[in-house]
Amino acid sequence: MGLFKRTPKNLPEFWKTYESLFKETQSKKFNDQIFVVLDTETTGFSFEDDRILSIGAVKITNESISVQEVFDIYLEQEKFNKETVHVHGLLKNGQRECISEILALEKFLAYVGDAVIVAHHAGFDMGMLNTALVRHGLPKLKNMVLDTGVIYKKTLIKSYLVQPKSNYTLDELAEKFSISRKDRHTALGDAYITAVAFLKIISRLKEKKNFSLKYLLR
Amino acid sequence: MKNLISERVADFIKNYPPFNVLDSKSLFELAEQVLIVYKEKNSIIFNVDEPQHSHFYMVHKGAVTLNNPTNSNIIDYCDEGDIFGLRPLFANENYKLEARAHEECILYGIPIDIFKPIAKKNDQVTIFLMESFASNTRNPYAKNQKGQLYDNEDEEEVTTEVVLPDLQLASYSKKLVTCSTRTSIKKAADIMSKKKIGSLLITSKDLPVGIITDKDFRNKVISGEQPITASVKTVMTTPVITYPKNLTITQAQMAMMKSNISHLVITEDGTPNSPALGILSKHDVMVSLGDNPAVLVKAIKRTSRIKKIKQIRKSVMVLLTGYLEQNIPLGLIAKIISELNDTCIKQVVEISIVKMDTPPPVKFAWLALGSQGRSEQLLHTDQDNALVFEDVPEEELSKTTTYFLELSKHITKGLNTIGYEYCPADMMASNPKWCLSLEEWKNKLSYWISNPGPNEVLMSSIFFDYSLAFGERSLLDNMSDHIFRTVKNYPIFLVHLANGALQSPSPTGFFRQFVVEQDGQHKDSFDLKSRALRPLVDAARVLILSHSVKAISNTWERYEKLAELEPNNKELYLACSYATKALLKFRTRQGLANHDSGRFIQLDQLSKQEKMKLKRTFKAIKEIQELITLRFKVTNILG
Repeated sequence: MGLFKRTPKNLPEFWKTYESLFKETQSKKFNDQIFVVLDTETTGFSFEDDRILSIGAVKITNESISVQEVFDIYLEQEKFNKETVHVHGLLKNGQRECISEILALEKFLAYVGDAVIVAHHAGFDMGMLNTALVRHGLPKLKNMVLDTGVIYKKTLIKSYLVQPKSNYTLDELAEKFSISRKDRHTALGDAYITAVAFLKIISRLKEKKNFSLKYLLR
Repeated sequence: MKNLISERVADFIKNYPPFNVLDSKSLFELAEQVLIVYKEKNSIIFNVDEPQHSHFYMVHKGAVTLNNPTNSNIIDYCDEGDIFGLRPLFANENYKLEARAHEECILYGIPIDIFKPIAKKNDQVTIFLMESFASNTRNPYAKNQKGQLYDNEDEEEVTTEVVLPDLQLASYSKKLVTCSTRTSIKKAADIMSKKKIGSLLITSKDLPVGIITDKDFRNKVISGEQPITASVKTVMTTPVITYPKNLTITQAQMAMMKSNISHLVITEDGTPNSPALGILSKHDVMVSLGDNPAVLVKAIKRTSRIKKIKQIRKSVMVLLTGYLEQNIPLGLIAKIISELNDTCIKQVVEISIVKMDTPPPVKFAWLALGSQGRSEQLLHTDQDNALVFEDVPEEELSKTTTYFLELSKHITKGLNTIGYEYCPADMMASNPKWCLSLEEWKNKLSYWISNPGPNEVLMSSIFFDYSLAFGERSLLDNMSDHIFRTVKNYPIFLVHLANGALQSPSPTGFFRQFVVEQDGQHKDSFDLKSRALRPLVDAARVLILSHSVKAISNTWERYEKLAELEPNNKELYLACSYATKALLKFRTRQGLANHDSGRFIQLDQLSKQEKMKLKRTFKAIKEIQELITLRFKVTNILG
């Protein structure tokens, strides 16, 4: 590795600012922890061939989401996959104001800071974001990541006869927690649904005796 | 900058006062600044004497109570769309009440800094605020709210007002069904049956001129006085008694008594010369007064909306509190409350069937399992249920299963809406494993009984307490017979079940101390459910099963039956029956006090007398466990 890796001094200022947030290892109380719940809409499922269309995110501080402080951006596209248009409804030259990928990443890093990232099936969103970062010669994200798909399963009772499914969709979670599915399939809409589901999951898990951020990451 | 979430917020708040009068610019200005707050059930939103927050709240999802903690009275109850915590911000003082999440909540925190200038600009907003403050200060600590139904026909109306019951506004039916004076009696009767209503307003040139009710049909039509082809004009009661809309319940009652009628018409200006707004029936008055189970049952059966059932269930809780206060015997309380719960569940099933495209293809039964099946469920708990349907030819099976699974999904969702949490272990009929044909159930039951591992015993113990909640009883009887037959062939099953019944440790440990929970959120509290109730419930089950008695699933009734069947153990069984009731009452009291399932008890909060009472029940638990150990020779398979 590292053949094309830039040396730290070549990294842009915004990355350094972002990175510096992780220097100190602060152990926060769970309630003081900031979470950024995000969702990305993409042209497809391949990290290499597909691109991010939009990123939506909300910030959770002390069980609250500030409507003012949401993240909602659309990216300029060179590539366009018409097969997924029906899913996300984003047109190549739609009405939205779009920004370049590198600017989007810069804004995102400034927004996310050292918060814990939460996403549904986080592996995919993280993969898309990290691939985009690497494409611009930047390192990968340093944040801790929680997957609502994984932690939801911790709320279920395990039993030999009724096994939890291996995979729960965001729709299933919305259904289980009676969250309105309005704005589904927009990045910010999905991020909001994920955020509410996350809060509800956490409130159920808090009763467990070994509850902590570590417990969630496991 | 408008974003999706602020649009979502605006979409919601614009439906409720005072925001419903705002222009869209102010609305969005406000919505963009909102804080979305999530609160767990029972958590505090603000405390008495706490300094003001920077925003007031609107309930988006869930419910909030405003309490006076010094005498633990609930002052007000805020539902979706209600605002609270606003007055201290205007009056510039600390909070006078405690706000607590009555259910899991999502709140919108609306910043006062942004709201104030908007409110000042807008007269209607100011008027709304004045009115709601006035009603709040008139009697801020109204104590006597017992029997008040938190129901509001008009969802747009704000219910933050606190009023004494006799000053409470009567809520009338706004869904007016009318016909003209020339309508035939037969046609009118058809309309009434179709709309399931007991009275029909007759209008002429949009003005109310008369009412016909079931009683008029009985007295004037069936008696032969008028043929069914005659016009309603010939049998209607006229003139109508009209009132303006701000009528209190007491006024309404007086008016009805005075004129000896059962329906009042609410009109725009209160006279018969303006169009009708709605009808207020004796039934509406009764429901508003609320503390009558028969009225509640009727109200539940009438509704076609699941959300409405949720509202009615709140008055069931008020009823329950009242019964416990009056120290009515628990057996009786349980009967009434389970009857009401049953009616709610039945209604949810009925409504869910209507939601399906076609009626059920074959007969089916909806089973309540666990505590609900035993009719011991006084407080809301998890759902445990199952569905069984008639056997169908093999080629039809998959189609039929799909139908009932979809129906079950509607039902479990509906039950969730009215307050039953989803079962965390997914033991619900919406799970394909718990929605089976009779034949499939029989196979499954046979498997559990003939291969009793720990899980099978657990499953059977949940399942064997079933009762019919809706549908075809013969399917259930068929299953019971099958169970008894199979158990006879595999007597070892009873030993396993008995073993399972002994798994919960005896409630008293060394030094006559309570066995308390060692870790987790409930450290140092006593787990009433698993330490005291469960051993009794489990023991009753295995004993009654060994006698092949079916159709009694209630624990104390099982013990009473056992006392009859085994006269030599009569005393112990009756003690167990008594202990079960005492513990259940205890649990219900605790649950109502703490607004939870009442499962965990803080020992240091109990009085000496209460502790003594608890301990007395433990003696019965110990003895019944000994009896089971001996009778089923459980020691042989321990391990």
